[in-house]
Amino acid sequence: MAYKNFILVCGGTGCESSRADDIYKELIASAEALGVKDDVQIVKTGCFGFCEKGPIVKVLPSESFYVEVKPEDAREIIAEQVVKGREVTRLLYKDDRQKDRIKVEDIQFYQKQFRIVLRNCGVINPENIDEYIARDGYAALEKVLSSMKPDDVIEQLKVSGLRGRGGAGFPTWRKWMFSKGVQSDQKYVVCNADEGDPGAYMDRSTIEGDPHSVIEAMTICGYTVGSTKGFVYIRAEYPLAIERLKIALKQAREYGLLGDDILGTGFSFDIEIRLGAGAFVCGEETALLQSIEGNRGMPIPRPPFPAVKGLWGKPTIINNVETWANIPVIITKGADWFAKIGTETSKGTKVFALTGKVNNSGLVEVPMGTTLREIIFDIGGGIKGGKKFKGAQTGGPSGGIITEEFLDTPIDYESLTALGSMMGSGGLIVMDEDDCMVDVSRFYMEFCVDESCGKCSPCRIGTNQMHALLVKITKGQGTLEDLEKLEKIGLAMKKAALCGLGQTAPNPTLATIKRFRDEYVEHIVDRKCRAGKCKDLVVYSIDKDKCIGCGLCARKCPVNCISGDKTQKFTIDASKCIKCGECFKACKFSAVVKK
Amino acid sequence: MAVAQIEFSKELQSFVEEWKDKPGNLIMILHRVQQEFSYIPREAAERLSRDLSMPLAKIYGVITFYHYFKTTKPGKYRMSVCLGTACYLKGGQGLIDEAESILGIKGHEVTDDGLFSIDAVRCVGCCGLAPVLMVGDEVYGKLTKDQVPEIIAKYKSLG
Repeated sequence: MAYKNFILVCGGTGCESSRADDIYKELIASAEALGVKDDVQIVKTGCFGFCEKGPIVKVLPSESFYVEVKPEDAREIIAEQVVKGREVTRLLYKDDRQKDRIKVEDIQFYQKQFRIVLRNCGVINPENIDEYIARDGYAALEKVLSSMKPDDVIEQLKVSGLRGRGGAGFPTWRKWMFSKGVQSDQKYVVCNADEGDPGAYMDRSTIEGDPHSVIEAMTICGYTVGSTKGFVYIRAEYPLAIERLKIALKQAREYGLLGDDILGTGFSFDIEIRLGAGAFVCGEETALLQSIEGNRGMPIPRPPFPAVKGLWGKPTIINNVETWANIPVIITKGADWFAKIGTETSKGTKVFALTGKVNNSGLVEVPMGTTLREIIFDIGGGIKGGKKFKGAQTGGPSGGIITEEFLDTPIDYESLTALGSMMGSGGLIVMDEDDCMVDVSRFYMEFCVDESCGKCSPCRIGTNQMHALLVKITKGQGTLEDLEKLEKIGLAMKKAALCGLGQTAPNPTLATIKRFRDEYVEHIVDRKCRAGKCKDLVVYSIDKDKCIGCGLCARKCPVNCISGDKTQKFTIDASKCIKCGECFKACKFSAVVKK
Repeated sequence: MAVAQIEFSKELQSFVEEWKDKPGNLIMILHRVQQEFSYIPREAAERLSRDLSMPLAKIYGVITFYHYFKTTKPGKYRMSVCLGTACYLKGGQGLIDEAESILGIKGHEVTDDGLFSIDAVRCVGCCGLAPVLMVGDEVYGKLTKDQVPEIIAKYKSLG
């Protein structure tokens, strides 16, 4: 029986949190109640990417794109669209520029995006293997097992130019070749899904929306390097992703695409899930392997690299989720096709989690070589509230901040590194004039202090010392000498720390000292924080000319340090003020001044 | 020395049994223990030490290394305030300060009635909703400080 309509409900974590599951259930209940359950198929998909406007519901074939849907809207969608064939106009996405209904492909957010990794997210039901297969899923595995030798696979990866999406950008084919070249009774294949970078959720969404792509790619790797056993190391904080992965593994086994004698070829490979436990350092591959072995996740010096000597001393391939998700497409569409996308040195696409002070937060996938300006201003719709752009942070606690003047640089691994930042896993956080660069550096350094495993002293002591200096500056007690100290310690850490965490921990601080030195100097010399974020440096006062004496500020003040009356106007007793900012927010006449 | 006694449910016992001989089992087993008790009681760690023939020091080494594992019992309603970068920039710290001042607790403390505890967590992965606060598995997004009292009151009335 053919369905008249298909309703896709976003089942990504962001939308689920906004009651997408209730919407899904309401839709089904309404379809039943209105007697049209045989006319419409209702599917929960992975992330649509447009998280800002979630929960998202899309109806096919009319391509109606509904945003910010509530469970209460479900009945109307069924009653109008399925029963009467009319769109629910009030729920449609509307653009500021075009007042009329716009087609999905015309939505600014989706322009300039190119989806390889997220190809199935928001399209298929991730809990149904048939839908993955219907979109060429497992065709790559079949092709590899039936007609390609391991060397052919490596050659394809080489031609494609695929590099690791976890941060460092190491050529994937080379890793595989190393591992393939080692003789060993056992080899392992590992998927790094320990996405610990604050402000990044690409890997989570990929697994939630398209878990089979990772399973298929790992199986291809197993065949290529000669391994029969894989592990997915995933954050325990991602329950939905874990659940979908479990379902996908079970279905793949039932279909003979995983386990013994895959597709009757005699090749066997299986995958086990291992949970992380909240340690950022476990994103570092040697620490991750320690954690899978059940130990404290402390890195060990390389070489030997895991591809040669990894899990339990055996050759181990580790790639991150995004890297894996690219591989089936490279095999089915061809390496040449893939190599045409991107820049000279960086091929393919990159998924970014675009967040912060931007109008359209969400998950975006763009070809390498797209500029930050296109991502932030075209796709992201510019800065929230018409504020002024200050910087874009990439690479999380390991990266740097890119300023206005470099927004037109085509981004790839090399260009970001040259700008003192890095690709990282794909967090892209937009900051505006209200964000204090010193405070942001302190924030990242505090994160690194928490997350340093403590094994090597440059990182253990260095992060602490840098953090102490940054706190001192944000409290208005810093000296210009402290800036030199920060740079000196930072450079020492970059050279001496054992692993990537310690080597890159100084990056946000060093990058901001370089690009926003005047802001540091202002904190130190003028004892002033222009963004008003560093509480100790902020002074609130009331502009008598603007004050109308309404007293709202005094009523909001939690410590009763604002006094006055209608005739005298109000004043703030600065000695008692705790700088909570409540008066500033409360005043409707901009009479409270923050300096 | 008296051997500390602690009941493990049948499911937990069979989980431990199933994983006992697998290499690298410790973290998976600790997750399962925490799922049962909401933290890892000392007695449970001691029992694992016997069941897995593993030094207690090794088990504690792992528990204390990972943020996810707790050694003290959290409140019935665990409030997790996200301090990932996006949430931090949009006022996550303000949510913590507000919740702490309403509940009168700091750091890892639990309210006297055992109902609430507050954790600052690093990125729960829905940055589009920043700033985010979770109570148990329930997510509250795009929050302002003013909405915190209401959320706390809701759970307080549930008891």
